[in-house]
Amino acid sequence: MSLIQVRGVHYNYPGKKDALDGVSLDVGEGEFVCVVGENGSGKSTLMKCILDLQKPKKGEIIVSHRIGYLPQKTEIQSNFPASIEEVVLSGTIVNHIKSIWYTKRDRAMANRVMKDLDLYEIRKKCFRDLSGGQQQRVLIARAICATEKVIILDEPTNGLDPSISIQIYEMLKRLNEKRKLTVVMVSHDISRAVQYCTRVVELKDGKVEFDGQVKDYRVGGAKK
Amino acid sequence: MIETITKMFSYAFVQRAALVGTLVSLCAALLGVSLVLKRYAMIGDGLSHVGFGILTIATAFGMTTPLYLAIPGVIIAAIILLKIGNNSQIKGDSAIALISSTALAIGVAITSLTTGLNTDVCNFMFGSILTISETDLYLSVGASLVVAILFIIYYRKLFAITFDEDFSKATGLNVVMYTNLIAVLTAVIIVIGMRMMGTMLISSIIIFPALTSMRLFKSFKKVIISSAFVSVFSFLIGLYLSYAYDISTGATIVLVNLIAFICFNLVNKIIHE
Repeated sequence: MSLIQVRGVHYNYPGKKDALDGVSLDVGEGEFVCVVGENGSGKSTLMKCILDLQKPKKGEIIVSHRIGYLPQKTEIQSNFPASIEEVVLSGTIVNHIKSIWYTKRDRAMANRVMKDLDLYEIRKKCFRDLSGGQQQRVLIARAICATEKVIILDEPTNGLDPSISIQIYEMLKRLNEKRKLTVVMVSHDISRAVQYCTRVVELKDGKVEFDGQVKDYRVGGAKK
Repeated sequence: MIETITKMFSYAFVQRAALVGTLVSLCAALLGVSLVLKRYAMIGDGLSHVGFGILTIATAFGMTTPLYLAIPGVIIAAIILLKIGNNSQIKGDSAIALISSTALAIGVAITSLTTGLNTDVCNFMFGSILTISETDLYLSVGASLVVAILFIIYYRKLFAITFDEDFSKATGLNVVMYTNLIAVLTAVIIVIGMRMMGTMLISSIIIFPALTSMRLFKSFKKVIISSAFVSVFSFLIGLYLSYAYDISTGATIVLVNLIAFICFNLVNKIIHE
């Protein structure tokens, strides 16, 4: 069953050529999709359209479940005074949107996710004092609290050391396999990222250049 | 000192100023944390100038309670300011500078054409605890309570959109509505507070407590609680010093806030050394 259906989506920024030019793809339950492509190929724009942060000019996007989101790191203020617990809990808001306080269930969920991602022991620490890799783990935990079904990650390893990037990929792989979490990840780090996903979508000039299994994809975009 | 305080609070105008000031300081501090973190810190400055422009118009037309005109006027300005800042080519700080200088210019021009630079206008500019009437008191208490209650009700959502707007939008929170809510609440507090603090100084009670608390505390909740305490204590100490030494109330409160900021910085340095 498709969780995300993208049908002939076009998007262009004012005065520029099409960032997305008739993109179509389906994301099914339990998939680990890696969206790759050069700068300006339309990867982040596609994700923002799926998340309804940008409205496609043409085409249709059907999302059958709420999506958790990890934005690009640069979009979050590095000096924000918030504890890990506060950040992770904020992911649960959408579960009980009318409630004034966090419910017991919200807190239990946040605690479970923090334990899963090795954050529980340091939950009182300040987000801004964490390393880049730890901050990404916190934001992934928040995304999972918003939905345990499907998350979209925009460049989750951007600016991280290779060893930390591998830890993030392994964690995502574990979540995908054990929790059946559907993962859609935009990445520049093609050679490493494709080792962990089950499917690759390559965009070029706003079009789908490749969409298939990892085994059929070779880094550099060449199709078998 | 106790004698001075007792004498000070025997005056009805000081009692009114203390009550209004405490509530306004509390609300300004609550909103200030989100405004500073969302980089809208100067919105208070811009809105106070708009408030000044509207108050001068109200005074020129002989309105007895100019707040009735100023509150809706500044609310509209706050929403326009956010819209211009978010959607057009003129970004945040430039939009604020543009609107605030225009409003100030209109205020000064109207003053020149009508009453001239009289005591009323000086009070709008630099604040005065003598200007708080009984009607202002009721209006201020009502509005401050509404602001505080709405802040508590929407605390979780305000945290989420302050921390990460895109994530909040993607998960279905109505970011535009909550951002407008912050703007509207700020507008109300600015108008109520500027009579006492003055157009030139009101933005400091929004910015200082948040920045001061962020030096020391590392969770959003603690920063909010600390800001509220810093703001209220700075106001009360400022009010006392202003009365005891006959200094402008607004200026004294800002200077006390500055001392608190320096103290928090020093404590932060000592802790981390």
